[in-house]
Amino acid sequence: MALPSYAGPLETTWYYTFRFICAVIFIFLITPILIIIPLSFNVEPYFTFTAGMLSFDPDAYSLRWYEDFINNTQWTHSVKNSFIIAIASTILATFLGTLAALGLSKPHMPYRALTMGLLISPMIVPLIISAAGMYFFYSSIGLDQTFLGIILAHTVLGTPFVVITVTATLVGFDNSLSRAAANLGANPTTSFFKITMPLILPGVISGALFAFITSFDEVVVVLFLAGFEQRTIPRQMWSGIREQISPTILAVATILVMISIALLATLEMLRRRNEKLRGMTPG
Amino acid sequence: MAEDTTASGVVLAADGLPLKVSLNRAMRKSRMRAIFLVAPLLIFVLFSFLIPIFDMTMRSVDNWHVGELMPETTAALEHWDGKALPEEPVFAALVKDLKAGAVSREIGKVATRLNYEKSGLRSMITSSSRKSKKIEGGPYKPQVLKMHKKWKELETWTVIKRNTSPYTIGYYLNAVDMKYDNKTGDIVMQPESRQIYGMLFMRTFAISLAITLICVVLAYPISYLLATLPTRYSNLLMIFVLLPFWTSLLVRTTAWIAMLQSQGVLNDLFVFFGFVDDANRLQLIHNLTGTIIAMTHILLPFMVLPLYSVMKTIPPSYMRAALSLGANPVVAFVRVYMPQTLAGIGAGSILVFILSIGYYITPALVGGTDGTLISNQIAYHMQSSLNWGLAGALGALLLFSVLALYLIYNKIVGIDNMRLG
Repeated sequence: MALPSYAGPLETTWYYTFRFICAVIFIFLITPILIIIPLSFNVEPYFTFTAGMLSFDPDAYSLRWYEDFINNTQWTHSVKNSFIIAIASTILATFLGTLAALGLSKPHMPYRALTMGLLISPMIVPLIISAAGMYFFYSSIGLDQTFLGIILAHTVLGTPFVVITVTATLVGFDNSLSRAAANLGANPTTSFFKITMPLILPGVISGALFAFITSFDEVVVVLFLAGFEQRTIPRQMWSGIREQISPTILAVATILVMISIALLATLEMLRRRNEKLRGMTPG
Repeated sequence: MAEDTTASGVVLAADGLPLKVSLNRAMRKSRMRAIFLVAPLLIFVLFSFLIPIFDMTMRSVDNWHVGELMPETTAALEHWDGKALPEEPVFAALVKDLKAGAVSREIGKVATRLNYEKSGLRSMITSSSRKSKKIEGGPYKPQVLKMHKKWKELETWTVIKRNTSPYTIGYYLNAVDMKYDNKTGDIVMQPESRQIYGMLFMRTFAISLAITLICVVLAYPISYLLATLPTRYSNLLMIFVLLPFWTSLLVRTTAWIAMLQSQGVLNDLFVFFGFVDDANRLQLIHNLTGTIIAMTHILLPFMVLPLYSVMKTIPPSYMRAALSLGANPVVAFVRVYMPQTLAGIGAGSILVFILSIGYYITPALVGGTDGTLISNQIAYHMQSSLNWGLAGALGALLLFSVLALYLIYNKIVGIDNMRLG
């Protein structure tokens, strides 16, 4: 959308005004996320820049909030919990979701739209309602305040993403490939692992990433279902914000931003790979 | 295969069966395989999600307390006409139930339940239950009437009689600011000062609408820019949208607290540039402003992504054609470009609206009192007031509005076309 050489003064003004407006919106989107990174190195327990930080005085910066994070057993405990819960529920959700997506993509699946709707519903129902419903149900069968309860709850919340991404990959899947494999003597299992799986793998992995981040970032269900022993990172941040607001939260937040950058990079890589496999140039 | 025809003209498959039968059999096998693959997840979702949700919404009409914990009174009241205080048998049954309730310590549940319908009944039931232990023999009516003055009121008995039925719409009435008039039994509006939920629903819808509109206004220009820039620049700028999208909700909320609080970055900047006086820094957080700013930031990517994918498919030549045919740029944009993006605006708006009316975390952390939404009230009744019936009723109303909106979304976009990331 470069400015054409014949543009008049009005068009030139509009061109730069438009770019300026866009820049402001992009700044609105990114600033809050970037601003916490320098703030987390603040030597003072404030949530804003001190005079020393603005004049780049090395004494105004420190790693004390990171040290606090590492030495605080509540935080380290919550990191461990978050990973246990997120990894377990991701594995479950990916397995169940991929199977279901394979079934949904079969041409003879009956009641396809209805089934899809039911499977997607955990993504649509507001979290507070899911959490309330699960709270009553899981406490009635003694699964509240247990890891198993939270893992199952997070699995349910994660499966819609796996179902959606894998189904989307299967739309572009050429069924004659597996027919060719069968024709050449492969049994269904071999043809699934040798032909189907490698092709839908990008969809499976990005679904798994969505399931992981859903569990890793989830706090409403945890608020209702978890006891003190099952506190996760978001749960710890929640009480950090509500009770004793300390810049340790900013240090944790910075680490989480780094994790999301890594996730974003992985997804982008997968997208390019997927497009290459389908014979498109990465765009 | 198909050459094998019998005298009757039926086409046979290789195994000698009619082709139709063979085909049906193959179809059935394929169908069974599909069902077999979907079944594990479907059963899992059914038991750990759908049934719990259904169970929770059932709590909003469930009214077992009086019927189960005061069975004698319930039976005795069955033929009471409600015109005057009940007779001796009802009081005898009542004393029996109160005594049993005092022993089992369950009577408090009835007391709490009846108190939702008429305040003051909690203490009436609990104190009478305590006193009932001393009652040894009849006649019961005068002794009960002496225990608490509310037993002499006809209203008390109307309320008890109404709640002997195992289901109630009382919680729903409460959730829409209505109630039974305990004297006449009619359904009336709550007194003005106690009408809170109607206003809260209105506020939730208004805030969600405002956030949706702001998101459209902010998302439109940047989506346009992203869709029209050469790929190598737009991929780079896309990071500005995707990074917030992938960043933890709690992180973004924390970031906005750091930005907006009165000693925060934004206020410091304003003071530095002299926009505001150091003494009266702006109150940007723990109120409606904070909720709207933080939620707009959190939901903006959900508007940009569908808009971008729609704009990406619009050929730039349409605009050029309009311009070369003599339309001025504004007319060309409004009459040619914008109509083609309406589907994207619709999809993004419904998505953002659905997400924001059910939002809980951000309003709870930055909303203060006037920036909280219906979800926060549901959480309050779940965790603090423990009025689960009302929480269920509010939740069911919210759920139905979300499902209705989702059906519209499905009509416009189709769940298969939902884009992630």
